[in-house]
Amino acid sequence: MSEPETIPMPPKAPEQGASPTIIKTVVAQHDAGVKAAAVPSAPSAVRTFLQAKSSGRLADGAFGSLMLICALGIFAIVLLILFVLISNSRLSIHASGWKFFTSQMWDPVSGQFGALPFVYGTVLSSLLAVVMAVPLALAVSIFLLDICPKMLQGPISFLTELLAAIPSVVYGLWGIFVLVPIIRDQVGPVLLKYLGWTGLFVAPNFGVGMFTASVILAIMIFPVISSISRDVMRAVPVNQREAVLALGATRWEMLRIGVLRNARMGIIGSVILGLGRALGETIAVTMVIGNHPVILKNLFAPGYTLASVIANEFTEATGDLYLSALIEIGLALFLVTIVVNAIARLMVWAVVRDNAGSAH
Amino acid sequence: MSALPVRSRAVATLITLRRSVTNQLVTVVAIISTLLVLVPLVAILGYLIYKGASSLNLAFFTHVPMPVGEPGGGMANAIAGSAAILGLASLLGIPFGIGAGVYLAEYARGTWLGAAVRFTADVLNGVPSIVMGLAAYALIVAPQKHFSGFAGGVALAIMMVPTVARTTEEMLATVPNPVREAALGLGIPKWRTVLSVSLRTASPGIITGCMLAFARVAGETAPLLFTAFGNQFWSFNLSQPIAALPLQIYVYALSPYDEWHRLAWAGALVLIVMIMASVTLVRIFANRGVLKGGH
Repeated sequence: MSEPETIPMPPKAPEQGASPTIIKTVVAQHDAGVKAAAVPSAPSAVRTFLQAKSSGRLADGAFGSLMLICALGIFAIVLLILFVLISNSRLSIHASGWKFFTSQMWDPVSGQFGALPFVYGTVLSSLLAVVMAVPLALAVSIFLLDICPKMLQGPISFLTELLAAIPSVVYGLWGIFVLVPIIRDQVGPVLLKYLGWTGLFVAPNFGVGMFTASVILAIMIFPVISSISRDVMRAVPVNQREAVLALGATRWEMLRIGVLRNARMGIIGSVILGLGRALGETIAVTMVIGNHPVILKNLFAPGYTLASVIANEFTEATGDLYLSALIEIGLALFLVTIVVNAIARLMVWAVVRDNAGSAH
Repeated sequence: MSALPVRSRAVATLITLRRSVTNQLVTVVAIISTLLVLVPLVAILGYLIYKGASSLNLAFFTHVPMPVGEPGGGMANAIAGSAAILGLASLLGIPFGIGAGVYLAEYARGTWLGAAVRFTADVLNGVPSIVMGLAAYALIVAPQKHFSGFAGGVALAIMMVPTVARTTEEMLATVPNPVREAALGLGIPKWRTVLSVSLRTASPGIITGCMLAFARVAGETAPLLFTAFGNQFWSFNLSQPIAALPLQIYVYALSPYDEWHRLAWAGALVLIVMIMASVTLVRIFANRGVLKGGH
């Protein structure tokens, strides 16, 4: 800071690298301050103190670039993960190529690595979970936004958010000791009796399997879908609702025409976000899915997912090829969830940003 | 209406009836769904308290695990190990996240770089935790050739960064611009304005964000499976395998021994009380701490 002391305060602002809009406001504020509190004859007491403390442009630049480094670090993390996973799975990529994801044989002992059963298990359990969770999540969002008395709104939304705070391992514990017996003894027989003809539910039902895993997943992804679809629905401008109501619509018609239709992109986004969460969920699924690499239509049969095969077999994997096959599965999971999340975020953004200006 | 022929009037009434019935039906379905969703929550928490409280005792907090078959024992080493790993993760992840958040809010508002970082952070937030564990394994465990608590801490720290960065950004955005401008107008350099004005004003909200990130990673098991690995004995050495509460619960839950199941329930109760307490604190903070309005 080498400017002469005679320069008054306002022109100093540009030296601080402030943007033009800020300068304008600073000047205005300063003027107001002058009018209000008369001109302090020696304003520099505070100012010199502050200036003495700050070493100006150098510190500013250093601080700014430190923050920039932190921000760029987020890119670096993603690239680093990608690099590390690719370089560690090279062995398996070279050994099996694309056949890795089309072969059904997973037999580490004889050196056969085919990940198709895991892909099947992951996709099926996640889709089932989404099918179960979405109607519930939308119904709860509608309830909380439009039906629920104001007094109950806070507590109920807090309770549904608590579902998101329960750790995966606790869901798994509960799944093993509570949900599995319920599905084996109560729900299973009913499904067998009424839906047995579809071939989706075939005895024997041990309680541990694809269906139980999907139920647990549905409970776990519900808060994600519910809270984001609620945000999106809230972002729909009030005048859209009012316009439909003014035409004499009932509440449901107002929600259907005025809200759900306007927010559909964002709602689909929230569903995909939930799907992304379900695809990568590990511990709870590993604990209840049965961990058996087969492809069966029967939902009561045990299955296996991409994430749970890593969790289960990684520490026991012997041999470099086995390890790198598991890391390749992790790489696939990483890429798929990145793509799924990117699509979902873009859709949610599209709705929230378009409506942000006009909302309420 | 009276001018209409009788038949159309009947049709009109019928339609009105159908519409109002549909409306009522949807309302009822929404209420039932909400109740249905609260059932698993209450079931999980209720069962957890019932099972956990009956197995919780002082030994749980003071003893290390016993060998299979011997009664008693606790998870003292796992609680301590969790604390060590989480401490390391917070130490690494929180400053990093806050820095990124400050950049997004104070330096990059409305720029394409800011949007790109924000987007990447959101996407990173959705990457499965097991992949973080794999990355930490490949980065730290594989070159060192042994499991370590440090690798677990790094995996959790990476998971904390996006959450902390995004909440910091959102909280800084609530700080009114005139406050910043007043500071700049006094001739305070930007870095000091950010540190002692913006960050200080938004600090309750930022603390909230850090606690949320902490609560989220505190219950994570998957990233620790092949980084921290677990340990049956006392250990604070982060360069060696170390016990962690979620990991211990996972191992005990899958074991065939009743005694270990009992300990798993107790551990789950302790874990969840820890997490719920921090989330609830956060709620109280968030409701009154953050600077309101100001525009």
